[in-house]
Amino acid sequence: MKQNFDEIKNLLPFESHLKDLFKKIEELKKLSEKEEVNLEEEIRMVRKRIDAMRQDIFSKLTPLQVVQVARFIMRPTTLDYISLIFEDFIELHGDRNFSDDAAIVAGIAKLDGRSVVVIGHQKGHTTKELIARNFGMANPEGYRKALRIMRMAVRANKPIISLIDTSGAYPGLGAEERGQAEAIAKNLREMAVFTVPFISIITGEGGSGGALGIAMGNRVLMMEYSIYSVISPEGCASILFRDATRAPEAAKASKITAKDLLEFRVIDEIIKEPVGGAHNNYKEAAANVKAAILKHLNEISNFSSRELVADRYNKYRNMGIFVE
Amino acid sequence: MGKISIHEWFSKKQKEKQQQNSSSEKLNIPDNLWIKCVSCKTALYAKELKENLNVCPKCGYHFKLSALERINLLIDGGSFKELSPTLKATDFLGFFDSKPYAKRIEDAILKSSLNEAIVIGEGLIENIKTSLGVMEFSFMGGSMGSGVGEKFTRMIEHSIENKIPAVVVTASGGARMQEGIMSLMQMAKVSAALGRLRETGLPYIVVLTDPTTGGTTASFAMLGDIQIAEPEALIGFAGPRVIEQTIRQKLPKKFQRSEFLLEHGMIDLICERKNLKGTLSKILKFFVE
Repeated sequence: MKQNFDEIKNLLPFESHLKDLFKKIEELKKLSEKEEVNLEEEIRMVRKRIDAMRQDIFSKLTPLQVVQVARFIMRPTTLDYISLIFEDFIELHGDRNFSDDAAIVAGIAKLDGRSVVVIGHQKGHTTKELIARNFGMANPEGYRKALRIMRMAVRANKPIISLIDTSGAYPGLGAEERGQAEAIAKNLREMAVFTVPFISIITGEGGSGGALGIAMGNRVLMMEYSIYSVISPEGCASILFRDATRAPEAAKASKITAKDLLEFRVIDEIIKEPVGGAHNNYKEAAANVKAAILKHLNEISNFSSRELVADRYNKYRNMGIFVE
Repeated sequence: MGKISIHEWFSKKQKEKQQQNSSSEKLNIPDNLWIKCVSCKTALYAKELKENLNVCPKCGYHFKLSALERINLLIDGGSFKELSPTLKATDFLGFFDSKPYAKRIEDAILKSSLNEAIVIGEGLIENIKTSLGVMEFSFMGGSMGSGVGEKFTRMIEHSIENKIPAVVVTASGGARMQEGIMSLMQMAKVSAALGRLRETGLPYIVVLTDPTTGGTTASFAMLGDIQIAEPEALIGFAGPRVIEQTIRQKLPKKFQRSEFLLEHGMIDLICERKNLKGTLSKILKFFVE
């Protein structure tokens, strides 16, 4: 758990001007220690000021700034959320065909006393962790592991919770050889007919097919500063504008923020984040995610199997804007 | 012989090559009389190529077929009934790259005489009634946005309602980025339709043609009960350039080509164009008879 991290070191580029205020807090702390005076009130005032400024900054983030928050290395990962939201998590490994893909974690757990299956992409907080998890970019065996365990949930008649945080499925040679496209496609087809409640939450990056490959919930929720897109802003800029430096424009044009996607009704709800983003308060972020999962799970948990399939089918069947 | 550096030699060779290319293009383009084979570089009569189903008579290279040519190739004469012919994409994001998406749609419609990158309908393949979807690569690279997703879904629903098999011929660069997240959602939508079709037991046959990549591959193009590919078609999830940049090494020869996919167990068979209709009808008969 990376909770007490260095706040100054972990300021996002667009809030770097808060550095002085954080330094002030440090100075006050030192001073109060040295002089043995109580400066709690002064510190609290500075904190309040930081929070107010942050609130203001975060209320006006550009889409590309939201991307920076969504990708931030200190952002809570799937395993962070699992440890804060669920109890008795038992991780299950392997696709039974090729290997165990560390970029996707999956297992059984309890959510407020009820048995569920939870799966999600796993990134990391350090370069070492990120490398071990292939930066959260799954290979086909990751999608096949997810499918194996989701199908098990269906047989056991238990709800599925998926947490989405990937820049995309891994575009590697082996991934192609082993059928990356087929693995994702099959997941989509199978998820569509699952007879159990299924909730998906975009916690960080919802990168294209690699995200969708485990995200076909009856309800799809997004964290306030997460993104969900068909292609990264950089990719979009380099392909369509033939210039990767035009990513800010691409981010804006592609409509990738939670607010945009709620408007298009691609998602069902936005989950509020703590002031300054989820990485500033894992507990609060996780509590918000948990409350949202429980709310939506309760809404659909008395649906029959058939109703659940129909509910999900209609949700995706109705997506699309065209003229005739 | 005067000494020149390796660098100079390369740039000289490159210049020569460029000159050759530009002059040969000039020879080819004017009235489409001659077409140089992309693979064996033989100059071919356009007429001869056309009569050979757009397959090079010398080396067997499969040139692209338009959706209408494909329908003529596969469907018994006069039996094709198009569905949802007027369905069109719309620029709901107000998206523009080098030109506005609205203009891109307009241009694609003019260029291809089609309203979307897929034609769907019903017809007979050697007397077997089938739902058919054929993608048109010249329409914005056969990309899948809301229009393609909706039409494909309707094609599958038509199969379910009429209890007939479904066949799709793919040619697509992937998701249509100009429609943002909505194009990603089409992957979910078309796959859900196939999940339903599968529960009916009706067959779904995919014919992969050059090229089929991205979100199209990662949804309906890889979900066939039987997967057929034309020879040497590029089929993959990520584009070769992206993969090369990721792994920083040269890709093997024939990587992501039909033959490579066959070898890796991703498709059932490779079928030359001249045998495609016959093969399809035999496969369909297996299911419906």
